[in-house]
Amino acid sequence: MTHLACDVLIIGAGGAGMYAAIAAARSGAGQIVLADKSLVGRGGATVMAQMTVAAALGEEGPDAWTLHLEDTLASGRGLCEENLAALLCREAPARVREMEEWRAGWARRADGRIAQVTAPGHSRPRCCYVDFLNTGPAVAATLRRQVAQVAAIRRVSNLNVTDIVTADGKAIGAVALDSASGEAVTIAARAVIIAAGGLTRIFRRNSASANMGGDGYALALTAGADLVDMEFVQFFPIGHLAPRLVGMDPIMWDPFRYKLGGRLLDGSGREFLSDYGSDETSGYTTPRDLATYAITKEVAAGRGSPHGGVYLSFTHVPKSALEAAFGPVIERLAANAIDLGRMPVEVAPIAHYHMGGIAVDERMATRVPGLFAAGEAAGGANGANRLSGNAIPEALVFGERAGHSAAAYAASRTLRWERGAAVTAAAERIRSLGAGRRGDVSPATLLDELRELMWREVGPFRSDAGLARAVARLAEMRACLNEAGIAPGPACNPTVADWFELRASLIAAEAVARAARTREESRGAHQRDDFAETDPAWARPQFVRMNEAGSLTVSGAR
Amino acid sequence: MTPRLARLRIRRGAGDAAPSYEEFAVPFEDGASVLDALIWIRATKDPSLAIRYSCINANVCKECTIAIDGVVGYACTTRLSAESVFTLDPLPGKRVLRDLVSETRPPKERLK
Repeated sequence: MTHLACDVLIIGAGGAGMYAAIAAARSGAGQIVLADKSLVGRGGATVMAQMTVAAALGEEGPDAWTLHLEDTLASGRGLCEENLAALLCREAPARVREMEEWRAGWARRADGRIAQVTAPGHSRPRCCYVDFLNTGPAVAATLRRQVAQVAAIRRVSNLNVTDIVTADGKAIGAVALDSASGEAVTIAARAVIIAAGGLTRIFRRNSASANMGGDGYALALTAGADLVDMEFVQFFPIGHLAPRLVGMDPIMWDPFRYKLGGRLLDGSGREFLSDYGSDETSGYTTPRDLATYAITKEVAAGRGSPHGGVYLSFTHVPKSALEAAFGPVIERLAANAIDLGRMPVEVAPIAHYHMGGIAVDERMATRVPGLFAAGEAAGGANGANRLSGNAIPEALVFGERAGHSAAAYAASRTLRWERGAAVTAAAERIRSLGAGRRGDVSPATLLDELRELMWREVGPFRSDAGLARAVARLAEMRACLNEAGIAPGPACNPTVADWFELRASLIAAEAVARAARTREESRGAHQRDDFAETDPAWARPQFVRMNEAGSLTVSGAR
Repeated sequence: MTPRLARLRIRRGAGDAAPSYEEFAVPFEDGASVLDALIWIRATKDPSLAIRYSCINANVCKECTIAIDGVVGYACTTRLSAESVFTLDPLPGKRVLRDLVSETRPPKERLK
């Protein structure tokens, strides 16, 4: 069996993981393993980001990180962990400038300044981007180039970490599945960083990549860490619905809405946002949670578009303005038979981002010594509703902090490794799954059922009865996990990957459903039909923890 | 609208086995991609079908690059049609790991 030893093991190689690796090396870590289930720097959410990066650079006029913080806290509906939000806003400019030194290529004004636009929820122009719809790919490519230049970083693609190993309550390494060979790999590490992204893949309608099934949350809970704010899933209001659009991410419409003021219309062609208290006469200003609420209510009232969403229309925009704003995207839309000058498209809410995550302090340390978290995997900074443009700075800032903190921690520890019962069991599980197993149902089928269940009962609108049904069914599915059928053959076996994803997704889904059930109010992205009002007494976070028997408990509830 | 059927002839088998092809008929609506069909096959017919993809629909990860009727392209942006049979092979010139998955990891990102 392959065994690796390192100072810092980083699980997930998106924006947060890659930045963490660079920072860990800078802070003295000599051996860093940067592992990704997919390919390093190509999977995860960063590469998918099409929109903007918020940082108080002040290129367009006076700005300050404290103003960015005010907007972040207001957007978070009273629930942001203020120290984390402040860290994000304070250090975002330094990270964005560093990315510029590394030639990320932020869009610039004619006079050479970095262009900054006002995304919804910001009090001034603060959001940088890379044209056209290229922010995430440019950030990912920039970090891939930097990571490749650091000798201390060992990149490993298709390495699927299945278990974090602890001894005396401290993280000492991990067991992983090498997907290509199907073999178990053990990794001894002085410090471990979880940067495995979020969980939006557990909802049927999502803008996630294939590897956002909540692995990081399940790993953290199982290792003894707490999760926070798990009930707050951001449903992006105007995810593309119809006509079928390939080769483009479903969340692509947002930048064009704020460049051009695209109008949201109900099935009869009437504007409706003003019915929900949002005045868009001065531009696109409706925050995500309110827009999702309004669209979902319109559809429920029978006023939706044919596919069950609403219309987004740019037909009032002159052709020249459309061409200037969309650039080459106009041709990609034409290839999908979409002509924005002549027709609206249909849009609907779609699971996009997870505000909740692993509870960390300002060093990105969890309550488990030696275990850190960064990026979307970490929770708290965004409270009940993330401000537009805060996801990439969160990845960069928290990644940098986690890398630095983990390297500092690693320097004070000696490497230890014990092939105890837990390691043996984890390796044996990988071996036996690769041999195949008969079963009536495949993990892929169960994953589909999980996504449907979560969308129906734990989606943009929730009630006690639906949440109770979700918790009960998730428990049943978890109990029969070992009966799912697995195809034989260890190398590149997708049913083995499905099984591990299902195991993690069931835990992450249960954490969301349980936290949503105990929060008996509506706030930000968490909307309850049976508790429609925001309750000031609920302006505090809930934490989810796993006990010895594997059951989840929510604390902080009233 | 009655869904039409696309026919896909897919190269199956582990890397060292003699290649064989398996044919699937997949219902689809206008605009659907070859990757949509492969995901449908995994969900409803054969979950053991191995394919590489990450971003699913955005065409940014480029992991779903395969040979479609002998021409290298992206499964996520190639549209289905009912007109002909699509023959799908792993990327040529790379070691095949299983079905449509070939060794596309950069050498420095491999464990061995």
